[in-house]
Amino acid sequence: MSQSLGYWGVPLAVLGGILRLSPPFLFVSLGECLTEKSGRINLGQEGTLVMGAMSAYGISYLSGSPWLGVLAAGAVGFILGSIHGWFCSRPRVNDIALGIAMMFLGEGLAFYLGRGLIQPQAAQLASVNLGWWSHQPEIVAALKINILLPVGLALAVIMWWAFRYTRWGMIVRLAGESTDASRAMGYSINTIRFLATAIGGFIAAIGGAFLSLYYPGSWNDNISSGQGLMAVALVIFARWNPINCIYAAVIFGGAKAIGPALQAAGYSSYTYLMNAAPYVLTMVIMIITCSRTRAWVGAPAELGASLR
Amino acid sequence: MRISQGQLWLNFPMVNAVRARSGFLLRLAESLTITGAALLASVMVFSIFVAIMKVNPLQALYAMYLGAFGTSFSWQVTLVKASPLLLTGLCTALPMRTGLIVIGGEGAFVLGGLFAAEAAHFVPGAPTIIVWLVMAAAGCLVGGIWIMIPAALRVYRGVNETISTLLMNYIAIAIFNQLVEGLFHDPNSLNNPSTYSIGDNNMIGDIGNSQVHWGLIVGMGVCVLAWILVHHTTLGFSADLAGGNPKAARLSGIRINRVILWFAFLGGACAGLAGMIQVAAVQERANDGLNVGYGYAGILVAFMARQDPLAIIPVAVLLGGVHAGKILLATQLGLPNSAALVFQGLLFLFILGAETLYGRFSIFQPQVRT
Repeated sequence: MSQSLGYWGVPLAVLGGILRLSPPFLFVSLGECLTEKSGRINLGQEGTLVMGAMSAYGISYLSGSPWLGVLAAGAVGFILGSIHGWFCSRPRVNDIALGIAMMFLGEGLAFYLGRGLIQPQAAQLASVNLGWWSHQPEIVAALKINILLPVGLALAVIMWWAFRYTRWGMIVRLAGESTDASRAMGYSINTIRFLATAIGGFIAAIGGAFLSLYYPGSWNDNISSGQGLMAVALVIFARWNPINCIYAAVIFGGAKAIGPALQAAGYSSYTYLMNAAPYVLTMVIMIITCSRTRAWVGAPAELGASLR
Repeated sequence: MRISQGQLWLNFPMVNAVRARSGFLLRLAESLTITGAALLASVMVFSIFVAIMKVNPLQALYAMYLGAFGTSFSWQVTLVKASPLLLTGLCTALPMRTGLIVIGGEGAFVLGGLFAAEAAHFVPGAPTIIVWLVMAAAGCLVGGIWIMIPAALRVYRGVNETISTLLMNYIAIAIFNQLVEGLFHDPNSLNNPSTYSIGDNNMIGDIGNSQVHWGLIVGMGVCVLAWILVHHTTLGFSADLAGGNPKAARLSGIRINRVILWFAFLGGACAGLAGMIQVAAVQERANDGLNVGYGYAGILVAFMARQDPLAIIPVAVLLGGVHAGKILLATQLGLPNSAALVFQGLLFLFILGAETLYGRFSIFQPQVRT
């Protein structure tokens, strides 16, 4: 840590960390939000994220175009989401348990297919420098943001708007709120949820592309540190509102950034416990927001059955 | 009498006698058939995957079979791998009888192993049997409490136990790493941070002159005990009632919350015991070698066994075979461990998907006398 910044180095490092660490959280939570709005939970977003990271890196390396990699990640996420969606549209298949299977499958496939990608260097996504006004190298480094970040922010706003004001958004919400009403209107619950899970997988996988094509910007087996796992918790925290997903992503990114920032500043005695901070935070949030007697505020009604 | 397709081709006296009398045999036949079909489907999809990767699928399957059940040596490897799965399987299966999907076996396993290894030092120089008992008590207690926490959160605060146990696995591993490198660290273990050794004379030995340790027998014994608990005790019956119909259970005076907490504790204690056995029979000390996914594989075991403690025994041996088979898959065909992870994921997917087939085939339905 630089001497010139003194103790300001820690908050600056946290801010930089948030800008680098939040986008994957944002994308997985937006994807999960879409799926859950339709009344189903996909616990396999971790597999989707890792698979997305691997395919984005691979395609970017082979084609030289990182944007093609992002697209490929989305397509792979779409496929994984549709597998989950198809299985869960069968009666008596538990969506939460199936999510765990998808997590293993996604991770296994990604580790297997990504064996050859650990060494080569793939073309990375471009970034925008917001710290041009400063001469402090730390500030310049901290304020670099990736183009996918504004894309994610825009997506959150679009999703919020779509859920509120468009026909498609209403149909998805209806499927999540009341199966009976949805059927009465003549919509197929299974089709809606299938599409919501598949598109949710598409969005979540873009978060994976951010991991491998920007930060940390390489491919290895430990690329995801559980961002996909926490998607479900983020959406609970965001109360199923895409705009709130932004805040949730910032808080979780911040929780992740505090450990390394403190370590860089010289506090390194509880590194491992610091790494567990996001998980503990999630637990605390769940304990605070849950209740035995009343339904979750803002939760899609059909979700209650599978979440409690 | 309704005549269905199944009855037309299976309409001979013995089958009918069985179908009229015994729901148990029919249920057994149904789960065997459906699980077998799911197994076959995952083997087929895995073969296609392997073939795309330009490896002969028959060769791969044969290597896996050889590594798992081909020789007496591979049987021994399989059984060693199966012995923790017997107990981590119970960690998911027992709470599931009360309707909770607990996937926190990994956390209970590593923490149980860690605290068991540490507990051995509280009784220095004690007779081996005492050391084992203290270790087992520590492992069971830590594992049991670890799973009881999410169960209590579920019962009293409505926190979804699947998500909380998943998160707690990561917290457990963080605590594990922190303690192994900090408070419980043996300064002599530089390359591979570990706790102190439990002592060579305190190791659980092998059965006869095989390389399979006695932990296997302990695991099987616990499975049998769990089967008795589930099927032949009042507590087990209350658990099934609480899992099947909580309202009816409450009306008949069962204290559901207490039953749920007990089953969660017992499940966690099993996983903790598995960790203790892994330390006392294989590892000699707690280190990163504990954290290799036995807890997660236990979830698969429980689902494949359909939460029946006795069915866990063959399923754990089968899954132990998959884990043993991947060694030969790697050395003979160069397929990395992640290939076995793919197979495990496919198997899990199809086992869970096959859940939808239960009750669909009329030949497995008990005949109603008219």
